[in-house]
Amino acid sequence: MRHIISLLMENEAGALSRVAGLFSSRGYNIESLTVAATEDSTLSRMTLVTAGSDDVIEQITKQLNKLIDVVKVVDLSEGDHIERELMLIKVRALGKDREEIKRLADIFRGRIIDVTDKSYTIELTGTGSKLDAFLDTIERSAILETVRTGASGIGRGERILKV
Amino acid sequence: MSTELTGAEITVRCLQKEGVDHIFGYPGGAVLFIYDELFKQDKVKHVLVRHEQAAVHAADGYARSSNKIGVALVTSGPGVTNAVTGIATAYMDSIPLVIISGQVPTHAIGLDAFQEVDTVGITRPCVKHNFLVKDINELATTIKKAFFIASTGRPGPVLVDIPKDVSQQKAVFVYPESVAMRSYNPVTRGHAGQIRKAVQLILEAKRPMIYAGGGIILSDAAAQLTELVRMLGFPCTNTLMGLGGFPATDRQCVGMLGMHGTYEANMAMQHCDVLVAIGARFDDRVIGNPKHFFNEDRKIIHIDIDPSSISKRVKVDVPIVGSVSDVLVELIKMLKVRKEKPDQTALDAWWTQIDLWRARDCLKYDRSSSIIKPQLVIEKLYDVTKGDAFVTSDVGQHQMWAAQFYKFDLPRRWINSGGLGTMGFGLPAAMGVQFANPGNMVACVTGEASIQMCIQELSTCKQYNLPLKVINLNNRYMGMVRQWQEFFHGNRYAESYMDALPDFVKLAESYGHVGMKIEQPGDVESALTEAFKLKNRLVFMDFITDQTENVFPMVPGGKGLSEMILV
Ligand SMILES: Cc1ncc(C[n+]2csc(CCOP(=O)(O)OP(=O)(O)O)c2C)c(N)n1
Repeated sequence: MRHIISLLMENEAGALSRVAGLFSSRGYNIESLTVAATEDSTLSRMTLVTAGSDDVIEQITKQLNKLIDVVKVVDLSEGDHIERELMLIKVRALGKDREEIKRLADIFRGRIIDVTDKSYTIELTGTGSKLDAFLDTIERSAILETVRTGASGIGRGERILKV
Repeated sequence: MSTELTGAEITVRCLQKEGVDHIFGYPGGAVLFIYDELFKQDKVKHVLVRHEQAAVHAADGYARSSNKIGVALVTSGPGVTNAVTGIATAYMDSIPLVIISGQVPTHAIGLDAFQEVDTVGITRPCVKHNFLVKDINELATTIKKAFFIASTGRPGPVLVDIPKDVSQQKAVFVYPESVAMRSYNPVTRGHAGQIRKAVQLILEAKRPMIYAGGGIILSDAAAQLTELVRMLGFPCTNTLMGLGGFPATDRQCVGMLGMHGTYEANMAMQHCDVLVAIGARFDDRVIGNPKHFFNEDRKIIHIDIDPSSISKRVKVDVPIVGSVSDVLVELIKMLKVRKEKPDQTALDAWWTQIDLWRARDCLKYDRSSSIIKPQLVIEKLYDVTKGDAFVTSDVGQHQMWAAQFYKFDLPRRWINSGGLGTMGFGLPAAMGVQFANPGNMVACVTGEASIQMCIQELSTCKQYNLPLKVINLNNRYMGMVRQWQEFFHGNRYAESYMDALPDFVKLAESYGHVGMKIEQPGDVESALTEAFKLKNRLVFMDFITDQTENVFPMVPGGKGLSEMILV
């Protein structure tokens, strides 16, 4: 099953490699990983998307907790949470397609952030499946480039991950 | 204004503050300032090994036999890469070490400088934690943290990488009394509710079994374990890492379990209805195939300091996370309060069954053989030392025979590389043991293949007058490899024959030690007696043993515990 795991860790050199190293050495899969400093610059917040049986997920959270630099770990998928991912997509936009693409972007609440006479660059946020859905609406050959951040997640309401 | 010290002075002062009396190391460019400071003082004694792998093994043997933290010091680049085997060995067996390594100067890091390796990167998967100290002002705190992390929670090796310029720069030295880390707060006390559940299960047991591992040794809980086992009257098995945790000569001890465990221990593990696993991790060489081990009706209590060891290979019913010694104290207290006893009739019947298994005499061997049987050597070693020696071993058949035939009644007496299985461990580990226990008998049981992996340490032994007794079970084969080839590869002995062996007697003598070659079973005991009488000399005893002998019982890889091959 897919799980989205959030963690707070000391913002130290090499901290990211400890997490990445753990996943590769123990053979866990990583679908995506995002990381950046928090409002407290001594802490980094990481969101990891992984998949595995309950046993594997249990091991993953235990092993993450065991890393000396890791301060807190939560499996967001255990409760209500919100996930968002950012995608930038550059599409070929010529002639009558320009109007159509703009209309599609609007429907998905995307924003066109760069324009040339041949292309649009669209910014889109949402869950991974919304981004997938948008990609499906655009003809493959028109897609020039995409870049996605991977999911970031946060608990709903009073669910707070903080030191 | 307090005076400033160099990074090298700070490093040495930290070691002094931690009460380190011996450090094992090898110099080189990146650690020269540190060596210079070691030279100027005499509180921390430096032991010069002949290879960095041995420095770490020696620190490791020192730690295992003393419950102190072992410390090693190596230079950058090849010094570190040589040390990696030692570090990984300690990591797999959860041994508290602090390894200090030199690094190229901070401004040269990343430029492929002479003797530069990414030490933090290379060692990351085999340390509990590691640090690269880039700022002299963080040096003392970092070393304090290293000692704290190494010895608390589930222990393990911690490495501190110190660039050469940091060892030269100056800062005010303040050694923190303690460290608090928001990201690292190991638990010690077990959850009372869980312990209560364990007590209930224990009292309801009809076919109980206590399975105790290296955690007993690491948390110094042998006394508590012994009290628990005796008050309950249950059978107890020790793992390879746990030997000595419960006295081997006690009737309630059913011997070691696992791949080369006794018939009675493995059968009791398989057929018990309540299993109390303490400081053990159900590893593949212990329970064999987990699918075969699984039994719906067996309830498992698992006490361990490391939550990630729980339900990793085997699902358990009552997990208790905490320091083994603390949890055992609580458990014993609660049992005493309850005053009830488990069903004695059922327990008697269970013992009758166990004694039947025991009567199978699974460790029997040909005592009338005209060629020296390796088992005989270990039995005689036990007799001659009256069971009071520290015994280190290398890896192979000799290791298993030592574990099976030397009856360890005390913890920290059996020193071996259980997790990583590192050939070359025995001799340098024995050096560390001797430094930690001067005046005690220390024997290194080895094979002619293993001993050659760190044989250069005979030179270190000479330099420091370490009166070790090396028991070389010389079967002219990588015996354990040969055994697997005999059983599983159609007797094709691919590269497992040890050709062109040195004359070990002459070799020992050339290092300034005493050498003995023993070829007759009748000479085994007298030779050992003579060797141990030489209290101030290292004696290298080359026992020419039966080439065809195998270790039994044996649970073949992938098989279940009750599917043993027996003699
Ligand atoms: C460094 C290392 N390399 C290889 C092995 C694989 N191995 C395990 S036992 C063994 C043979 C050991 O032979 P010896 O030391 O003569 O002991 P014996 O089994 O004959 O008692 C080998 C090669 C190992 N454990 N460690």
